[in-house]
Formats: sequence, structure tokens, C-alpha cells
Amino acid sequence: MSEDVSRLELREVRGPSALGGGWRRSLELLSLIAVTDFKRTYFGTALGYVWSIARPLMLFGVLLAVFTQVFRIGDDVPNYPVLLLFNIVLFSFFQEATLTAVYSVVNQESVVRKTQFPRLVIPVAVVVTGLFNLGLNLVVVFVFILAWGIDPTWSWLLLTVTLTLLFVLTTAVSMIVSSLYPRFRDTAIIWGVAATVLFYGTPLLYPAEVAPDSLQAVMQLNPLAPIFELARVWVIDPTAPGPLDLAGGGAALAGAAAIYLAVCAFAVWIFNREAPRIAEQL
Amino acid sequence: MHSRTTVDDEHPAAALGGVAAGRSPVVIEARGIEKTFRVPEHRMDTFKERVTHPFTRVEYRELRALRDISFDVHSGEFFGIVGQNGSGKSTLLKILASIYAADAGRVRMAGRLAPFIELGVGFNPELTARENTVINGVLMGLSKREARRRLDAVLEFAELEEFVELKLKNYSSGMMVRLAFAIMVQAEADIMLIDEVLAVGDAAFVQRCMDVFEQKRRAGATVVLVTHDMTAVQSMCDRAMVLDAGEVQYVGDAEQAALQYYRLNFAHAGGANTDVATVPDFNARLLHARLLDEAGDPVDNIAAGQPLILDVLLEARRELLAPRFVIHVANAEGVLVFGVVTTLEKSKGDRVTEGEHVRLSGRIENPLAPGRYAIGCWVGRDRSTGDMAVQGLRLFDFLVYGNPRDGVVSVEGELRATPEATP
Repeated sequence: MSEDVSRLELREVRGPSALGGGWRRSLELLSLIAVTDFKRTYFGTALGYVWSIARPLMLFGVLLAVFTQVFRIGDDVPNYPVLLLFNIVLFSFFQEATLTAVYSVVNQESVVRKTQFPRLVIPVAVVVTGLFNLGLNLVVVFVFILAWGIDPTWSWLLLTVTLTLLFVLTTAVSMIVSSLYPRFRDTAIIWGVAATVLFYGTPLLYPAEVAPDSLQAVMQLNPLAPIFELARVWVIDPTAPGPLDLAGGGAALAGAAAIYLAVCAFAVWIFNREAPRIAEQL
Repeated sequence: MHSRTTVDDEHPAAALGGVAAGRSPVVIEARGIEKTFRVPEHRMDTFKERVTHPFTRVEYRELRALRDISFDVHSGEFFGIVGQNGSGKSTLLKILASIYAADAGRVRMAGRLAPFIELGVGFNPELTARENTVINGVLMGLSKREARRRLDAVLEFAELEEFVELKLKNYSSGMMVRLAFAIMVQAEADIMLIDEVLAVGDAAFVQRCMDVFEQKRRAGATVVLVTHDMTAVQSMCDRAMVLDAGEVQYVGDAEQAALQYYRLNFAHAGGANTDVATVPDFNARLLHARLLDEAGDPVDNIAAGQPLILDVLLEARRELLAPRFVIHVANAEGVLVFGVVTTLEKSKGDRVTEGEHVRLSGRIENPLAPGRYAIGCWVGRDRSTGDMAVQGLRLFDFLVYGNPRDGVVSVEGELRATPEATP
């Protein structure tokens, strides 16, 4: 009988939870899993990284052709091609991370059903892997931006603010969809459609200012809109109208901010509610 | 080597009776655990079903998996949890391992826990053995660095060094179990929760598991083992708990627990054939035949070693002159194992008249190895010529339950081996 056991205190077993096993362990697992996933993407396939940049680049190519050759929206927008590429890369992060996160908990079934794996780590790891990917893609984007002839400014550093806002929102949405999916299997389909709506509803393919005033009020409720508008002002085009101008004052912008915070709060609430029972739903 | 507690510790105070239990502190304390699964009669899996049938109440069947489970496991103890399928033992283990949340009650634990549930430790099939090993090490409470450091030891233990970069989905189930077991063992946790590891794997692996358990126990680890294997319970566990239909039937001595388990499994498992025989009854007719336990209550099956107490009532169909009654027991293969012969008690004359009843009652030593047996009765009468007219009656089938043994019967015996100098 070992002596060290006798000094161990009885501690309450609280059951599975979002962060079961404590913060430190959750963070270690998060980094392990995100890095493992990331490595697998880049070293697991023949062309590795090429694939992950190829998708946004091809989408960019098609959209650029459509919006400069067919619809000609881009003609009046300064630096339209780089803005389009920048937006697509940012949005791809949001879209791919959330769409992968939907299935994440169910895909990790064997882990969830057999261990007290901190449930929150699963969707968050997907988002963090996406973030690594985004980082690499942004390198390519900035090469394009510089090549296009845009001079670097100090405001580029503010991109971290935009990325943080985007990361938090992506994480929140991932938490919501991944915790709902085990119970409602059509969450995947619904979120797939919703993501497409957001793709067109967020000013990515077109600048926000071209939307008619009647629509502007609705568009500015989308919490993604100000994020993209800020990114544009700070990185591509300092003269572009910011979220405040577009929303017509702080009061209107408060709507988007409120929705942003509500999504985050809902994510925390629903995930904490579902986490203890997720293993039983699988 | 290990003192077993002989005290039935339904009451926590009584649990302190055993030496092992008395000295060491409690490391798992479960109090009043309840778990109910709500099983929908019709599962609404999609929003559409919810929306198109908004007023259909989803009917739930309540499945009470665990009711008021309380027990203690002491440090350094080998604790068994046994029960039939569906008795709730796996659910209980999952609550202990923080995979399920209990509806009520409280579990407290001291020390680091390594679970081994449903034959594995949560592998991601898309990752390699190396990645899975490190992740699981961290899950079991090691630091990242520590988990990496133990990788080689794990792979060596599992004998899977060559397959370290192979994705788990390409592993055979045997390799997977070996790796999982190795991870759990190398995590060097204070408490190991093990579910049914002995049910799979070849004999060599099972032997290896047993060796490891023994070694861990000597090293002071606490092991909680869920199993169906009563031999393992009796040979390894200090104490055991029997669960039946989500309730604790017994906590205490491992031998007693094993016996309880067999009793639950077989004592009223049906299958016994108590129908009155339909053989031509030219000598006698069977009115009833019962197997009794020592308390005199009728049972369907009997524990190994317990005497067979019979109560058989026959009705003579004709005058039986100097009848002989043979109770015989045949095993499942139809081999006659033994028979017991009797004649009418001398004082009661030498014949039975037609319609008269004859009661055969007796206590027969039970050397039968566990298995299914049929008990029968031959009724013979003397014919005027001096030969016998024999009629066979099939009485009933019964089961002898207990640890599987080699051979047909268990006998007492003494065997000695003495080395002798060669001339």
C-alpha cells in the first residue's frame, strides 16, 4: 500500500463538462489536437498546403471573373481584386471551421464515449486548426496585397482585433452547432444553408456601401458585417466607409454588437447545458 | 496473502471489518447515485419532426439504470463489480469515469484515474498510434511532456513498436486493445477503472492483464474491475459488489459476491423442466418432482456443491411388487453420471397397491461440475418370473452453477508430489 495515496484527499467527481479536468489539461489537449490536425493536413497529403490555399484561390478566381467581367461591381471599388481575395480568405475560415465543427463531436464519438475528454476542446480545436490555416493563407494574401501596390501601414496591426472578433464569433457558432448536432441531426443542413446566406449577406463580394439604404439597416445587424468592414478600412482601403458610417450611427451598430454578444452568451449557455449529456446522445 | 473482508458491508460501519479495508483510506466514495435514461418511444431526431408534429408529446420510457448506489473502495483494494447484462454496471463505471453525469448522488475520489471503458480508451481512428497515445496520456492526467516520454514504454508494453506511425483505423481489434491497455497501465494512475478487458483477447493477453493487475495491486494501486468472469473475481478481487437491475444486491467478500451473482443468474432463470413426464406410465405416474434447497424451498437450479434435495411423488398404476426406485442424473451429453437406488422401507411391506402414492425424498451429495443436468427416475417392479419391468420417468432438468471445472464431477482428493533421488 503506497503511502502517498493516503494523503490524497477525496475530491468531488463532477461528471463530464465543457472543461472537464481543468483548464490546464484542456489547453494541453487543445494544442495537441489542433497541432496534430494541422500537421495532418499539411504532411498527410501529397500536395499538403497547396490544397488548403487552392480552394480559396479558385473561388477567388471564379468570383473575380464574374464580378469584374460580368457584373462589373468591382470597377468602382478601389483595389477590388485584393479586397475580394482578402474577404474570401477570412470568410473561408469562418465557414470551413463552423461547417467542420458541426460534425466534430459526433466524429470524436469514441473519445467522447470512453473518456472524460473536455467536450469544449473538440469544437474549439477545429477552430484553432482553421486559424493556423488562416494564418498561412493570410501570408499569401499579404503577398498579393503588396504586389498590388498597397503600402503597409500601422493600421495593419489592427487586423489582430478583427481576427480576434472573428475567432470568437466562429468559436461561438461552432460551439452552438456542435452541441446541437448530436440531438438534432439536421443542424448540419440548416447551418449549411445559413452559412451560404451569410456568404452573400455579408459584404464580401461587394462593398457594403452599394447596398440600398432600405437593406442597409438589416445588413448591419449581421455581426459579421462590421468585422469585414473594419478589416477593409484597416488593411485595404483607409478611405472606405467604416461600420459607423454604414450603420448610420452607434445606435444602429449596437444592434450588431448585441447580436454578437448574444450569440456568444447563447453558445456558452447551450454548450454547458449539453456537455454533460453529450455522451448519452451519441 | 490478502485478507478478505468477511463482513457484509451493507452498512458502511461494517465495511471496516476487513483488515485491508480497515487500514487504508477510502479512495472512491459513492453515495446514492441515481441514473435514469429517458428513452424516447419515437425518437425525434430532426427539427422537422418537431415542427411538423408540434403537439405530439414525445413519449419517454424511463429506464432507471441505477438506483441509490452507495459503496466505498479503499486504497490498494481490488474491487469487482459484477452483474448481468443491463444491471447498470457499465453505466456506473461511466459515472465514476466522468463520462456520464449522475442524476443524483455524489461521487468523491482521491487520486488520478485511468479508465478503460468498452474495450478501449477513446481512440481517434484517424490519428496514428503515437498521436493517440500522447493524447490519451494527457487525458489520464499526465503532462504533455510526460506523455511523450512514456510513449516508448507504452509501445513496448503493447508490442507495437513497428506500428507507431500507423493510423488506428488500420489496427486490428486485438492491436487496439493491447495499445489501449498499455496506455492505461503506463499512465500509472492511482485508480484504474476497467470494464470487461478479460472478455476479449487471447489467453496470453488475458494472462498478461492478470499479471499486470497483480503487479499494480502490489504497487498499491486501486483497481475497479467490471467483469462477468467469476473466476477472476474470486481469484483477484478483495471485495466485490453485485448489481442487479440497477440496485446493489451485495457488497463484500468476493466469494460471496460470486455466489450471489450465480444465484441471480441461474436460480430462477427458468429453463427448468418441471412438466410432468409424458412417458407411458405403466408402472407409476409422476405427480410432482421438485428440487429443494437446504431451506426446503423449491429451486430451479442449484449451486455447485450444494446437496440435491429431492421431493418426488409417484402414484402406482398397478400393483408394484418389491419395487425399486432409481434416481439417476445424466449430463447434457446424455451420459449417466450416477444413480441412487432405493426400495420400499421394510416396515411398510414389500408392495404398493394400485393408486397408492409413493414419496421419494432424499438428500444426495452433489459432486456435479457446473452445467446442465437431467434427473430421472426408474421405477421397476418384480415380475412373477423374477425379472424386472422397468419404466423410466423424466423428472426435470436443472443447472448446477459455479465456476467452470474440468471434468464431469468434482471430487475431494489429496495429491502429493515428492522429489525422489534417482538411484
